[in-house]
Amino acid sequence: MKIHEYQAKAILRRFGVAVPRGEVCFSPREASEAASRLGASPCVVKAQIHAGGRGKGGGVKLARSVTEVEALARQIIGMTLVTPQTGPAGRRVRRILVEEGLDIAREMYLGVIIDRVQGMPMIIASGEGGMDIEEVARRSPERILRAPIRPGLGFRPFQARKLAYGLGLEGATDLAARLMLALAEAFEKTDATLVEINPMVVTHSGGLFALDAKMDFDDNALFRHPEIRELRDQDEEEPLEVEASSFGLSYIKLHGDVGCMVNGAGLAMATMDMIQLAGGTPANFLDVGGGASTDQVSNALRILLSDPSVKAVLINIFGGIMRCDVVAQGVVDSAFRMGVKVPMVVRLEGTNVEEGRGILLGSGLNFTVADGMQDAARKVVALAKGSA
Amino acid sequence: MSVLVDRNTRLLVQGITGREGTFHTQQCAVYGTKVVAGVTPGKGGTTHEGIVVFNTVAEAVAETGANTSMIFVPPPFAADAIMEAADAEVPLVVCITEGIPTLDMVRVKEFLQRGRTRLIGPNCPGVITPGECKVGIMPGAIHRTGEVGVISRSGTLTYEAVAQLTARGIGQSTCIGIGGDPIIGTSFVDALSLFREDSRTRGIVLIGEIGGSAEEAAAVYARENLRIPVVAYIAGRTAPPGRRMGHAGAIVSGGTGTAAEKGEALRLAGVHVVENPAGIGQAMAEALAGPSR
Repeated sequence: MKIHEYQAKAILRRFGVAVPRGEVCFSPREASEAASRLGASPCVVKAQIHAGGRGKGGGVKLARSVTEVEALARQIIGMTLVTPQTGPAGRRVRRILVEEGLDIAREMYLGVIIDRVQGMPMIIASGEGGMDIEEVARRSPERILRAPIRPGLGFRPFQARKLAYGLGLEGATDLAARLMLALAEAFEKTDATLVEINPMVVTHSGGLFALDAKMDFDDNALFRHPEIRELRDQDEEEPLEVEASSFGLSYIKLHGDVGCMVNGAGLAMATMDMIQLAGGTPANFLDVGGGASTDQVSNALRILLSDPSVKAVLINIFGGIMRCDVVAQGVVDSAFRMGVKVPMVVRLEGTNVEEGRGILLGSGLNFTVADGMQDAARKVVALAKGSA
Repeated sequence: MSVLVDRNTRLLVQGITGREGTFHTQQCAVYGTKVVAGVTPGKGGTTHEGIVVFNTVAEAVAETGANTSMIFVPPPFAADAIMEAADAEVPLVVCITEGIPTLDMVRVKEFLQRGRTRLIGPNCPGVITPGECKVGIMPGAIHRTGEVGVISRSGTLTYEAVAQLTARGIGQSTCIGIGGDPIIGTSFVDALSLFREDSRTRGIVLIGEIGGSAEEAAAVYARENLRIPVVAYIAGRTAPPGRRMGHAGAIVSGGTGTAAEKGEALRLAGVHVVENPAGIGQAMAEALAGPSR
């Protein structure tokens, strides 16, 4: 799960990471009041959306006065911000962070990731702040410092000091070590999967602050963090994806015109790949799961068909736990109820496949029954093009 | 020969009394697996569908000589269940459960380093040696006894590959679902090295997907250590970056972990990489007919 910058900063502050003073605002009026309270000059006005690269898109601006903060807030709230991470459609800005400006002397990068090879969280630090860390890793890997957070032992002060010296923070090693220890603790205690402070800044007066902050959390651990679950902002998510997740379906909207419904994540990815190989483009990823019921299949079909760009649908089910007759019944029921207009290609394999085919063919609906994945992909792409 | 599970497997099931546990334990027994015990804390001393239930894994092992555990415990308690099995020195633990918190698995990995337990999964379909033993949730009927090993991060996509092999008369020595999570007990390299030691296995199908670098590590291992043909398919060529595709571990982040990179690494290592998942069976048939590496 993703959260906003201001929310990440509030969490980090609670664990002892220094962040600039600031307030979240939903209107120009709130922004001007917040700026007055901060009493700082300059102030920074930052658009809050779940995507990086906000500065490049014009979502981060410097203001010299309260009036200017209000004017910028008026400009940014409600704007559609396009950044390299939002895609061409951009994202509507609904809230902003108004923050004190700092006199920055130096910028660095500090982050925590899950290192799959080591099987533990890893602190990543680099003297090159404000940059894309993957770019630094490619160009000059020797400039990236790493230290593991060992399970049971956690992150140790000596590791923090080593990183601080490595970053050239000789004058501020205690401060830096404290910040890194707080960061490691925040990561472990909140079941985060990613924390990025980019940049972490040293001020002229010798302070050390998280100037920007990003935190992602483990969806599978949210059951033990109700306070983090509450930070979810559904405005930042695709409405169809939100609806799908409420039915326990894994759905991701894409930009093509061939809708697909598959059981199992791997097979769902493979089906998308096959649609592309056959010359089409997938409209979505949709995994109905291993043991889906008739109801879930109906909901899945309804959700994928509510995407108006879908011109044809491919249903690819390998029945193991999931019986083909159950899937077929769910498909037929919802196709009737919705009065489905687009052509549908169905490929069934596995448990009770004959019964499943019988239900489809006897339904009187316009299904094309395919023989194998290859055949199914070819047929659905041809149908999508024909009805285009 | 085969790897991990065979006629000598004596299976205990943790979480046997739940809905999934009940159903799949039955299915494994019907396939021919010797199911010797169940474990559900608080239900010790009872029998469930004819199988004796114990309160603890240690007790179940002492009483029945179980040597493999299959876990269906719900995600919040599954990490603890794995550690309990390892503490009881069960040599092989297969964890089916999907949705275990990543940091729980970090602790499990650390715990396992102190013992000799091998963990398969979590978030996997399990392990099957056709004709001998099924420890998992895969449909048994699609498999056929034979000489090709299958290793996969996925569930139904593995069934797809197995069905293609079986349709061509190519049987399987053992099929291992290693799981779709970012932190798993047995990696591609671990599984490849098991098949390397197996005299029966004459070819290997490897099914990877986007995210992480386990396929790249497998490529290095295959180049340096394997003489038998390997056919690979990597799912997720069309997956958008930064999005988690169903499996917790299936995500392209910061431009790394793409299907294209993985396919290229495997190809350079001499692996037969197929772009089309419908072509896995055919590629293996051709590889087995061709000259050995």
